[in-house]
Amino acid sequence: MSSLTLHDVRITGAEGSRNYINDEYGALSWLLTKDHKRIAILYLISITIMFLLGGSFAVIMRVELLTPEGDLLTSDTYNKMFTLHGIVMIFFFLIPVIPAILGNFILPIQLGAKDFAFPKINLLSWYLYIFAAAVGLYVIITGGVDTGWTFYTPFSTQYSNTHVIGVTFAGFIAGFSSILTGLNFIVTIHRMRAPGLTWYRLPLFVWALYATSVVMLLATPVLAITLVMLMFERFTGIGIFNPAIGGDPVLYQHMFWFYSHPAVYIMILPAMGVASEVVAAFTRKKIFGYRFVAFSSLGIAFLGFLVWAHHLFVAGISVYSALIFAFLSFFVAVPSAIKVFNWTATLYKASVSWATPMLYILGFIGLFTIGGVTGLFLAALGLDIHVHDTYFVVAHFHYVMVGGTVMAYLAGIHYWWPKITGRMYNEFWARLAALLVFVGFNLTFFPQFILGYLGMPRRYHAYAPEFQVLNVMSTAGASILAVGYALPLIYLGFSLRFGRKAGVNPWGAVGLEWTTSSPPPKHNFEETPVVTWDAYDYPAMMKAVGETQNV
Amino acid sequence: MADISVTEHHHSDHAPTHHVTPLWQYLLVFFALAVGTVLTVVASRFDLGMWNTPIALFIATVKATLVILFFMHVIHSTRLTWVVVIGSFLWLGVLFVLTFADYLTRSWSLY
Amino acid sequence: MSDTTLHAHADEHPPHHPFLQHHFEDLGQQHEASTLGMWMFLTTEILFFGGVLCAYWIYRVMYPAAWAEAASLQNWQMGAINTIVLIISSLTMALAVRASQLGQRMGTVVMLVLTLLFGGIFLGVKGYEYSVHFHEGLFPGAQTFTWHENPALAPQVQLFMAFYFTMTGLHAIHMVIGAGLLLWFIRRAWRGDFGPEYYAPVEIMGLYWHFVDIVWIFLFPFLYLIHSAGGHHG
Repeated sequence: MSSLTLHDVRITGAEGSRNYINDEYGALSWLLTKDHKRIAILYLISITIMFLLGGSFAVIMRVELLTPEGDLLTSDTYNKMFTLHGIVMIFFFLIPVIPAILGNFILPIQLGAKDFAFPKINLLSWYLYIFAAAVGLYVIITGGVDTGWTFYTPFSTQYSNTHVIGVTFAGFIAGFSSILTGLNFIVTIHRMRAPGLTWYRLPLFVWALYATSVVMLLATPVLAITLVMLMFERFTGIGIFNPAIGGDPVLYQHMFWFYSHPAVYIMILPAMGVASEVVAAFTRKKIFGYRFVAFSSLGIAFLGFLVWAHHLFVAGISVYSALIFAFLSFFVAVPSAIKVFNWTATLYKASVSWATPMLYILGFIGLFTIGGVTGLFLAALGLDIHVHDTYFVVAHFHYVMVGGTVMAYLAGIHYWWPKITGRMYNEFWARLAALLVFVGFNLTFFPQFILGYLGMPRRYHAYAPEFQVLNVMSTAGASILAVGYALPLIYLGFSLRFGRKAGVNPWGAVGLEWTTSSPPPKHNFEETPVVTWDAYDYPAMMKAVGETQNV
Repeated sequence: MADISVTEHHHSDHAPTHHVTPLWQYLLVFFALAVGTVLTVVASRFDLGMWNTPIALFIATVKATLVILFFMHVIHSTRLTWVVVIGSFLWLGVLFVLTFADYLTRSWSLY
Repeated sequence: MSDTTLHAHADEHPPHHPFLQHHFEDLGQQHEASTLGMWMFLTTEILFFGGVLCAYWIYRVMYPAAWAEAASLQNWQMGAINTIVLIISSLTMALAVRASQLGQRMGTVVMLVLTLLFGGIFLGVKGYEYSVHFHEGLFPGAQTFTWHENPALAPQVQLFMAFYFTMTGLHAIHMVIGAGLLLWFIRRAWRGDFGPEYYAPVEIMGLYWHFVDIVWIFLFPFLYLIHSAGGHHG
């Protein structure tokens, strides 16, 4: 606290005031920073680059799939395209995007803390991400990898002649980055909350990130050791997972999905947290059933660990355990549904403001629901055997990951952009982009549900001619989606220079991050705040505003 | 908060780990660990039928518990530390139980 | 917790400790945060080693005869000596924490040096075992695995040896990292950084070291002392 007042920081938007951006200058002041806000910006830049890279692989695939023949790419190249698309998007975009960008920036401020508990580890986490990304890029440049993002054995260990060790090593390092982020989040939430900020006063974004971090800590190490065994097997040629020498490839799948299924919740839980923030802010209401929403995050984190083998239904696991896993998988729907119902209940009879973040979140709620419900189809043993490894699965997880996580990320970055940069973006272009993303997304992926149900298998560069119409629709949708994603890059970039000043609280939202200046000062608050109100206390705020107006 | 003066500048509930373990306790734990090691070797010299593995596991678990409780000071730590320690092993249990649920039931026939 | 930080503003009378980082209110909060952080890290370590143990157990249940055969190829005397050595190093580590709590500078240094010494003995014995295994043709790999005393079991014995080297290798890497940290801690202890007010780093160093000890407590019976079903390999 005393160190805070050392700086002559005046908040409330004074012109030319000192903040985390202009506090120091020079590349080194960014590359060696321990300020969580600057690290968030570093992540914002690097993750955006990885998103564009992963997206470009998707574009190439969609262009190839315009025609039934494999005319643009050879099957080998196509294998590399979907593999790299998956690896880049999952390990380098979806897993870190909301925690590492929005969480890094907002979480300590929402807690009323000066920084994370371990600022150096936070920076280390970014460097690990960059190192992993560099290894990944090296692999891409020197020939790529063709195993699919799941690296199933024995193909990945015995037969693939691509850079499996390089890319699994990159995944291993990226895993450490995400472990350190999760560790920092949990310790910070436990130990760094502002006075008066009890657990039930925490914003739901914090609860969601807490649950996410638990999953990161408990799941990622198992992926790490699995990849170590995979690398060891490929390196020495002995068959830990090779049936020819007594190994069991299904064991690899068990251990891989022990991480990778919970990893789905690493991607969606923070998105749910953003949704709660935005729904409350733009309906001016308390989130309906706050405690249910908070604990459903922990419920999802817990139940998410009990369902992994529903990815193995056709891999030869025992029928009895398949039954158990199918049964448990249905349970995850319960806490997810609780959230959807509570957001809907919050929207009920509210005066909803149609600001850009809210548009994205309305899209999120609908698309996530579709993604979640089709997930129940896939958890059902019988139906899964029918649609396994078809485009139905592809459509399902894109509805959850793109329709869910990416929509929520876009909502979050629009919601907190004024806080991060101190500038407002152009609302017209932002709403247009939100609309394009929604339309483009559905046009891209809804046809894939039908394609999958009709039997089009995933991961092939050529397909039967009767599937062409739906594939052309999908590719057309992808081009709209690409425009929708490109627009924010333009108008958000534009706002940095030409946007009007945001002020402390442009949305009139409740929350500690809206009580400090935009952009925040280096240590977030001039005085450590003392919290005496519940999260989303909009009714009290509206009442207070009403009283001052009546006077 | 037995015999120490270190907490005088701290809020007492902020420093629950500042407990100095008496020397004899450390030595006793060490002695128990050494005995456990000898026992596990001795037990492995005898054919105890199906009990060989459970006994080895039991001794190892007791030894690990002693280290966690006394050397790692969990016995004097916050409830949160207990939750973290127990939770970690429970989660490991999830991995074991559900994976073995597959392997041990594969040979069961359906009819 | 939150209610204690409420009046943190009121009593700032003790001057800032040189090792109090700016974003913490006091050393108590810093201590709590760093030990919790270490425990969280150990959680990931438990699942890291637990993952390979899970795979190990699956195969142990699948191939009991090969597992017993392979374990009988290990030198259990070396394993037992190493177990005792590591337990001693855990004791000295715990005593180092105690010495720093009591403000005994030389005591801390001596105990840390002893911990490093016993850790080094452990690694030496381990290295000797490794060289013997290479010599016996027990290192997994097409060229290196030449053991064929029992050809029927050889593939699964190789599988066991893969686990042996993965698990003991990861354990040894943790020991080496621990030894490196100890060197740094000896220097800091010698400099007089630690004392009753500030011993959290020694404490979390201890947590790490004891964890590595615990891993070995399990690895020893798992890798050296498997009784075969028939009982003739004991």
